Amino acid sequence: MRIAVCVKQVPDTEARLRVARDGKWIEEEDLPFVLNESDEYALEEALAITEKVGGEVVVFSLGPERVKEGLRKALALGAARAVHLNDPVLAGGDAVVTGRALAAAIARESFDLVLTGSQSDDLGWGGTGSVIAGVLGWPSAWLVMGVTLEEDGRHARVTREMESGMNEVFRLALPAVLQVQAGLNHPRYPNLKGIMAAKKKPIDELGAADLGLAAAAAGSSGSRLELVSVAFPSSGGGAEMLEGDAETVARSLIEKLQREARVL
Amino acid sequence: MAGNHTVWIVLQHRDGQLHRGSREAIAAGQRLAAAIGGAAEAVLLGLGTSSLAESAAAFDLARVRHADHPHFTHYTPGGYVGALAPALRAESPAFVVLPHTYQTVDFAASLAQASGAGWLPEVTGIESGEGGLTLRRPILGGKLEAQLRVRGEGPMVVSVQSGAFSADTATAGSAPIEPFPFAAEAATPDREILGVEAVAGEKLDLTKAEIIVAAGRGVGGADRMGPLRELAAALGAEIAASRPVIDNGWLPRDRQIGSSGQTVAPRLYLAAGISGAIQHTVGMKGSQVVVAINKDPGAPIFNLARYGIVGDLHDILPALTKAVREAKGG
Repeated sequence: MRIAVCVKQVPDTEARLRVARDGKWIEEEDLPFVLNESDEYALEEALAITEKVGGEVVVFSLGPERVKEGLRKALALGAARAVHLNDPVLAGGDAVVTGRALAAAIARESFDLVLTGSQSDDLGWGGTGSVIAGVLGWPSAWLVMGVTLEEDGRHARVTREMESGMNEVFRLALPAVLQVQAGLNHPRYPNLKGIMAAKKKPIDELGAADLGLAAAAAGSSGSRLELVSVAFPSSGGGAEMLEGDAETVARSLIEKLQREARVL
Repeated sequence: MAGNHTVWIVLQHRDGQLHRGSREAIAAGQRLAAAIGGAAEAVLLGLGTSSLAESAAAFDLARVRHADHPHFTHYTPGGYVGALAPALRAESPAFVVLPHTYQTVDFAASLAQASGAGWLPEVTGIESGEGGLTLRRPILGGKLEAQLRVRGEGPMVVSVQSGAFSADTATAGSAPIEPFPFAAEAATPDREILGVEAVAGEKLDLTKAEIIVAAGRGVGGADRMGPLRELAAALGAEIAASRPVIDNGWLPRDRQIGSSGQTVAPRLYLAAGISGAIQHTVGMKGSQVVVAINKDPGAPIFNLARYGIVGDLHDILPALTKAVREAKGG
């Protein structure tokens, strides 16, 4: 079984964010980037499947040079190869143009399954995988919480999260694109052996021309959405902030909860 | 009909009921239509769903179009995209509005891809001013809000965030019901639905709790829950958590609050180390009083808290436990 896994590098969710001077994005200098959380679960699921039934995992990512760090991590975890869509022409796209670029890269090879996270922790379009599926003409599913391959090797039984603590279970035909939800497995950590092995694994680079994509239809030029501005949300009234050392704020909070809010 | 000003609203339903988000989508669709000087209309795909089409027709819409067919017995992306995409291509409305749900996001971007449309999820605001129409949505886990402008040719598929457009603001009216044109052979289900099951372990009912002490990723580990447990014991509170804590296995899944967990509205909700992403806050924003403790002063949880403390929860929680014990003792 050959599995493509699409990963994105995103700002660390713990990082303090600053709005960039032009007000259109965040200041990326000195910002720590990590692999997107649900993509890590997708990678783990792919590695677990190939360990069980054989095959290999190829990891794909679109982004600038720094993305190689994330790809190296995926290789250290067990992916056989990486493909880096590294071209400014492809940058800044919405889910549709980004999905089309990834689909074009995936279509250069033959895969039985594409796995990716359900949503990125930065822009959170939550649809890049569905676009890839649409381009490839494959079925897809979002918020996947479980995957079992059937013995015929041509179908998968998929558990998908619904609202209010319910899951939906269905069968679909392979090849397919599955967008996994965080929490469906326990992602492994890279070990020294894996990190050393990753140094020898290839990272292929592709640009828009390799994918047959016209510059006008790719990246920010081809995107249907334009970011006008980003800002911290206006605090609707906001919290009364309590200040002082731990003991002072603790006493003050309990007193306010008793006398002012009257909930204790 | 390129460049027309029509707004489609695609309705979601289950078990013979319109999803509550469908009415919010109607409210948002009416707002969008007014902003672009066009008309809103609804599309309903189902089987034996005439009564739902009638309830949609009681809103101020140009028409409600209904496809009643066995292919829509269950929702599947193949059925929905196969039915909607050809009409979307042919009619090219300016917008297609969906409620932002676990069902709609499953097919919306495929629909956009198949119809030459764009995809803009989780819209929380619609503003039309001198610079034209802009749409607002949260990004980066709700820490920031983005304003986006739509450009280029073709429809834009948008989903509207739960609670952002009140269903009460949807205008009533009387709309004609018409058949929705689709080719059954193109709209075939691509999933064999086997069933629906409750997530294992969902037993504990947190909705009755008067006080909830909830932990987020910032708590740091299963072995670092001690201060939280002690404070909960001192307050007589239930312990709960946001999704990352559950996914990491630090607490069992039946203690999860949020869109994929339980929805609670206690008298007091104390959120420790929870940033306040919308997936969590939809499950607790009805709480009477929210207290937020977070290292990051920019954490969005402070926006819906009544009291906030910036600091390390591992310092603050033990101090709070001590203060609670003193207050109760004295």
